[in-house]
Amino acid sequence: MTSALTIALVGNPNCGKTALFNQLTGARQKVANYAGVTVERKEGEFTAPSGRKVRVIDLPGTYSLLAMGPDEIVTRDVCLGLHNEVRPDLIVCVIDATNLRLHLRFVLEVKQLGRPMIVALNMMDATVARGISIDREKLAQALGLTVIETVGIKAGGTRALIEFIDSAATPALPVPASVPEDLHAEVRRLLDATVVMPSRTSAIDDMLDRIFLSPLAGLLILFTVMFVVFQAVFAGAAPLMELIKTGFDWLSAVAEQTMPEGLLRSFVRDCLIGGLGSVVVFLPQILILFLFILSLEESGYLPRAAFLLDKPMSMAGLTGRSFIPLLSSFACAIPGIMATRSIHDHRDRMTTILIAPLMTCSARLPVYTLLIGAFIPEQTIAGFLSFRGLVLFALYLAGISGGVLVSMVITWFRRDKTEHSLIMELPSYRLPNIRNLGIGLLERARIFLRRITGTIFAANTILWVLTTFPGKPVGATGPAIDYSMAGIVGHAMQVLFAPIGFNWQICVALIPGLTAREVAVSALGTVYSVSASGNEAAQQLGNLIAGQWPLATGMSLLAWYVFAPQCMSTLAVIRRETGSWKMVGITAGYLFVLAYIASFVAYHLTLALT
Amino acid sequence: MTLGDLPALTSARVVDVFDTVEDDSISRRLRELGFVKGEPVKVVGRGVFGGDPLLVQIGFTRFALRRSEAARITVERL
Repeated sequence: MTSALTIALVGNPNCGKTALFNQLTGARQKVANYAGVTVERKEGEFTAPSGRKVRVIDLPGTYSLLAMGPDEIVTRDVCLGLHNEVRPDLIVCVIDATNLRLHLRFVLEVKQLGRPMIVALNMMDATVARGISIDREKLAQALGLTVIETVGIKAGGTRALIEFIDSAATPALPVPASVPEDLHAEVRRLLDATVVMPSRTSAIDDMLDRIFLSPLAGLLILFTVMFVVFQAVFAGAAPLMELIKTGFDWLSAVAEQTMPEGLLRSFVRDCLIGGLGSVVVFLPQILILFLFILSLEESGYLPRAAFLLDKPMSMAGLTGRSFIPLLSSFACAIPGIMATRSIHDHRDRMTTILIAPLMTCSARLPVYTLLIGAFIPEQTIAGFLSFRGLVLFALYLAGISGGVLVSMVITWFRRDKTEHSLIMELPSYRLPNIRNLGIGLLERARIFLRRITGTIFAANTILWVLTTFPGKPVGATGPAIDYSMAGIVGHAMQVLFAPIGFNWQICVALIPGLTAREVAVSALGTVYSVSASGNEAAQQLGNLIAGQWPLATGMSLLAWYVFAPQCMSTLAVIRRETGSWKMVGITAGYLFVLAYIASFVAYHLTLALT
Repeated sequence: MTLGDLPALTSARVVDVFDTVEDDSISRRLRELGFVKGEPVKVVGRGVFGGDPLLVQIGFTRFALRRSEAARITVERL
């Protein structure tokens, strides 16, 4: 029995490394972060025919060992043998057989290190279609390395690689590190000697790029793709979300009936079941969104979309790659923030995360609907435009303008003013592989459920304690929440919120409303002791606040919901994605200040005008 | 001329990639990606808004380069 072996997959971005990794390890993958950085660490395992266990590490793709960002630094350190978490016995350098001019240079760079390595000549299936022939043995000889052909997307496409790893008695032999000074010249020499390539580009890629990147058809297709993605996330997820909600409501009802009345029942029903439900309900949106994002990424379209949109986005201090995460944030900021991983420039990624909560998410709609219904008269403008619709549109617009403004301010104040680079490869178009999509989706779902649930559960527990204790005194007449700590805090908060026109009822409702924005509606219902449920409750509540609140308060609360950090799930996902409480603090802080200013202006402007 | 001035679909060769700041990491990356003396290069497309970014064919690969990035690369027409 031989001991376990650790191999690391390295290679340029788009070399098919992740598909190869999936092929080798199947769904048995662990995804974590490298200590101290937010670089994803993917690890898997397989057992070779001889019974030898092989641990596989999928390193972040890089063009060079002269690292430019945190991902590339991890890859460099592992290749150099300097990393203290991952020390591979063997480096497998994966290269795309159709893109050797670029990828062979990296092979030579890794070879210079003189560490044990082999080369996986991947995507061999694509060479056939393009009429490319590669003399593998000659290439291996010229490189002085073992070269193995692989097909990452085909079952059995890694057999030769597994056999080699299994049979090599001591694959841990360092390779001779003699590499000529000029790597590019050496690559040209290797290509001339071993590769016959009828054309430098693929005819299909040329044709598709002419369509997808053209001004008219390109933008039209982009618009259509975005529309479909947005619709699918927004509307397609709705029935599933309803189903999950119904399921958790049923569970609550079961708890209600089977458990004796008391604190335990309230905890199980409101905190355990309710809290879990408020998180799991986002899962359909996340899965649908990532199904699209992963397909777009795998097919090669995502970089094309970024190409089309880079100019307008860069004028706002962002990058073309910010577009999809921001678009997703209109459904929900959580998947949007998770999607920022495809932004390579760290600064651009942080800016995108910071402004994602300003995109009007679907959870704001119930609040907007309540307030618009209560305070905005239904009238038709210019014969066909609904005034209420216009106000809703203005709220969306306020969020977007806020985002652009914040992004520009961040760019203005950032200390690191060095040029942001785009330099983005537009890889060959490929059909997405079902298996890879499945594994990718599973991974996102796991990350979301495992990492977020803990934080949300803790936050929910705190909120439950705040809204439950010390409890209603005997003989008290108001709603229970009024006598809780949240009630007390809410009353105290009113000092702070009086200048923007909030009464104590709003202040109290804002506290449970932190779990999710739409909860504020039911919380207001609780505070005002509205006895009906569902749509009828919203109707009753609407009439009630329309009668009791001044118009200015309504406007102020609308403005508040455009900006305020009223969603702890978003803050939790920011913590998870950036690994930094500071980012959470900055996001919550600036959103709070912005919301306060916007509400102040809205309140006093309305007061002055009416 | 620089790559940014090169008309679309015109065959050219890279002459040099120069640094705009000391130890220019963008220029270094461009050289690593294959923008080195003598390499055939072609602009195969341009962005919709203001012709930015450029779609550049080098070696067997296509890259999107912003104008400021392409301006670091001097080329000669073939």
